Amino acid sequence: MRNRIRAIAFNTFREAVRDRVLYNLVVFALLIVGSSLIFGQISIGVERLVLVNLGMTAISLFGIVIAIFIGIGLVSKEIEKKTLYTVLARPVHRWEFIVGKFGGLVGTLTVNAGFMAIGFFAALLYLTHRFEPADGYLLVALYFIVLEFVLITALALLFSTFSTPLMSAVFAFSLFVIGTFAEDLRGFASMSTGVTKIAMETVSRLVPNFAAFNVISQVAHSQAVPGRLIFYNTIYAIVYAAVCLAASVLIFERRDLK
Amino acid sequence: MQRNRVTFVASAVLVVGTALSIVTLHKIDEVREGSALREVLWIPSAQTVKRMSLGYDGLLADIYWTRAVQYFGGHHHAHSTDYQLLKPLLETTTTLDPHLIPAYEFGSIFLAQNPPEGAGDPTAAADLVKKGIRENPEAWRLWYHLGFIQWQELRNPSLASQSFLEGSKVPGALPWMRVMAAALAQNAGNAETARYLWMNIYQSTEDKMIRENALKRLAALKSDEVVQKLQNLIDQYQQQQGHYPSSFQELISVGWIRRVPLDPLGYPYQIQNGRVVVARPAELPFITKGLPEGSQASNMPRNPSN
Amino acid sequence: MPAIETFALEKQYKVGFWKKRPRQALEPLTLSVEEGEVFGYLGPNGAGKTTTLKLLMRLIFPSGGSGRILGKDLGDGSLKQQIGFLPEQPYFYDHLTARELLDYYAELSGVEAKERTHRVEAVLARVGLPDSANLQLRKFSKGMLQRVGIAQAIIHNPKLIFLDEPMSGLDPIGRREVRDLIQSLKEEGKTIFFSTHILSDAETLCDRVGVINKGKLRGIGVLADLAREVSGKVEILWEGAGARAGIEALGGRAQVSSGTSRVVLPEEKLNAAIDAIRAGNGKIVSISPVRVTLEEFFMEKLNSEGAEMEQEVAR
Repeated sequence: MRNRIRAIAFNTFREAVRDRVLYNLVVFALLIVGSSLIFGQISIGVERLVLVNLGMTAISLFGIVIAIFIGIGLVSKEIEKKTLYTVLARPVHRWEFIVGKFGGLVGTLTVNAGFMAIGFFAALLYLTHRFEPADGYLLVALYFIVLEFVLITALALLFSTFSTPLMSAVFAFSLFVIGTFAEDLRGFASMSTGVTKIAMETVSRLVPNFAAFNVISQVAHSQAVPGRLIFYNTIYAIVYAAVCLAASVLIFERRDLK
Repeated sequence: MQRNRVTFVASAVLVVGTALSIVTLHKIDEVREGSALREVLWIPSAQTVKRMSLGYDGLLADIYWTRAVQYFGGHHHAHSTDYQLLKPLLETTTTLDPHLIPAYEFGSIFLAQNPPEGAGDPTAAADLVKKGIRENPEAWRLWYHLGFIQWQELRNPSLASQSFLEGSKVPGALPWMRVMAAALAQNAGNAETARYLWMNIYQSTEDKMIRENALKRLAALKSDEVVQKLQNLIDQYQQQQGHYPSSFQELISVGWIRRVPLDPLGYPYQIQNGRVVVARPAELPFITKGLPEGSQASNMPRNPSN
Repeated sequence: MPAIETFALEKQYKVGFWKKRPRQALEPLTLSVEEGEVFGYLGPNGAGKTTTLKLLMRLIFPSGGSGRILGKDLGDGSLKQQIGFLPEQPYFYDHLTARELLDYYAELSGVEAKERTHRVEAVLARVGLPDSANLQLRKFSKGMLQRVGIAQAIIHNPKLIFLDEPMSGLDPIGRREVRDLIQSLKEEGKTIFFSTHILSDAETLCDRVGVINKGKLRGIGVLADLAREVSGKVEILWEGAGARAGIEALGGRAQVSSGTSRVVLPEEKLNAAIDAIRAGNGKIVSISPVRVTLEEFFMEKLNSEGAEMEQEVAR
């Protein structure tokens, strides 16, 4: 069982890595990191600020796009193109397929993030000529970005199990936008009344809490990220992804593969 | 069958996981409390936010507006004295959407009042309202709010009178703006004027928090009035009897009043060392009379300047 | 033990956006296939062939009925090790090479690592792709993909192989090669169940055929029995123009193509026809009895709405 999952994960990774689209997006992200060095020079004293803000935002956004892009290929595209049939005709459980796919994609994204991080820190080093202890928080911000990838991938996978590639992408991206304002949604919920309140309270707690993963402006100002936040965010990402995977498995196990 | 076991495990993960995620979410919110709001301090300028909003400034303005109200409400509920983020939040809101009149109104009251009822920065409040007037010349009510700040918090009745006058010139302004201008020119510091202004605010706004605030103000004015009358009575008593009454029962027994007077909260007024005092001053913000000895009015303006 | 058995296996889809109307993709199907048989599943496009295969492969779930493969229930996990599947118009991971794909699939099917390399090479050679082993699949032609498809269906040495339109997209050489491959698999004792709408392919390979149309099984026939039926006619081929008049006198109509004439006549007229040709100095090329063709069987079963079906009950 474990070998099969590992095999599927590795195959997913291999397939993703050889896809040229991935490279283009990574290159583009790195270009933006580089260009932020130029933008920073426009106003004195904020070069590091601009680099961190712009660079990390680029990594985050492009990474999300990549995650969705490949994520929708996980199941939707496989069904459309029928690559799935020959895999499932083998002694592979459907749930193993889901878990393996997810693992492969998370691996891909982590490697991506790694490359983009290297580019980013290279730019930072070029700018400041040495690393400071406060730069450690940049790693935390990057770690949170990777957690975001994990979440969005799990969501893209979930939508893949029952809708077309395009709709999966739309749903996943919509949830990303909504999740970015999750804290505001909860604020809104606490101020409303009646049916609206009940609806808002429920929805605002079920949407993925992307808001808490964005600490970019904090670390840009060299503010510390509390250890407790790192701990809870990690747990949240793991749990939420697990929920998405469980739902994916439940749907996928029952689905007619037309 | 394998499939049933898988279904069971997956369903269990789904249910337990969802519950766990909500619990963790709660913890995250605790740690993050105010983080999203504190970020507003690091925005180099409100203009930057506007540029970054990619044209969705209306939506973003609503988001910042919601955050501002929630921020204030939350801190107020916790009896905090720190409202330092209110100004940048309202600044950002009104830059993103200069026509969001409720934001100016909110700021005119809650930026101006002293903590814990506000940020205690009437100058900032006045500046905000002036910005609102610039962006919305047809909004005559903003002149009203400006005049109000200048009179109530900045203690400058002549400036206030001018504001009301300017506002009365705007097409559509109601006639009493001119009346107020005149009244302020003559009769600054009058409790009647104050009552009139707060009544007006109460009636003309739909914002729940502003209305509650106005009610508290009116209650405080009423209390001040009653305290003054009672004080006069016991001073008289002292002159006649040679000592202050120890309680209002004594005034009842000599037939000067019919029953023990109650403050707006429903508690009886008390007499301490020849002074009329309210039973629970902490619950009656905005009163200026009837405070126990040694304590100061919680809402005396701190900088009586322009 | 029958290799495949179905008991009233059916599939109904609900179509439509708001009001879901049912569409019967497969009416209750009961058939069985013995081990070692090559079974041809014939029908026009959209008849329900692929639906049947997908039900058997557990890619879709039945609305009713059940099935058994190699004695085990359709949902049994240990089953898949012993079956291989080639879907219609297969498509594989674009960026893998043929070798990588087969290695991956072999691993998923539980082939041990030591075995795998050897098996991959062997199967590549068997399907005729040894030179393309390191080419990425996105560069493969349709025929090549078909061969990879067959390769992945047999690499784990399954007992039973399902093929959905295995000849589709192949040129005559390719089809010949696939036919030979199926033949050699049969000689290895494997059971093969393949669907097609091309009758000539079935004719040369199958032991038995089933005809399906509009979701319903119309009939099952043993090919050998069909071949034995003689319709009472003979076909004569000869060279030489002279005899034509004599043949036509017997009531037959001669067709000529590049010097060779052909006529189909009732059996009793055979001797008279031979005499006529020899009298006209014609040279007889061949005389053969006309058999009931698969095509006739097929067309007859296709059109028999409500006719009694010859159903072979599960043995």
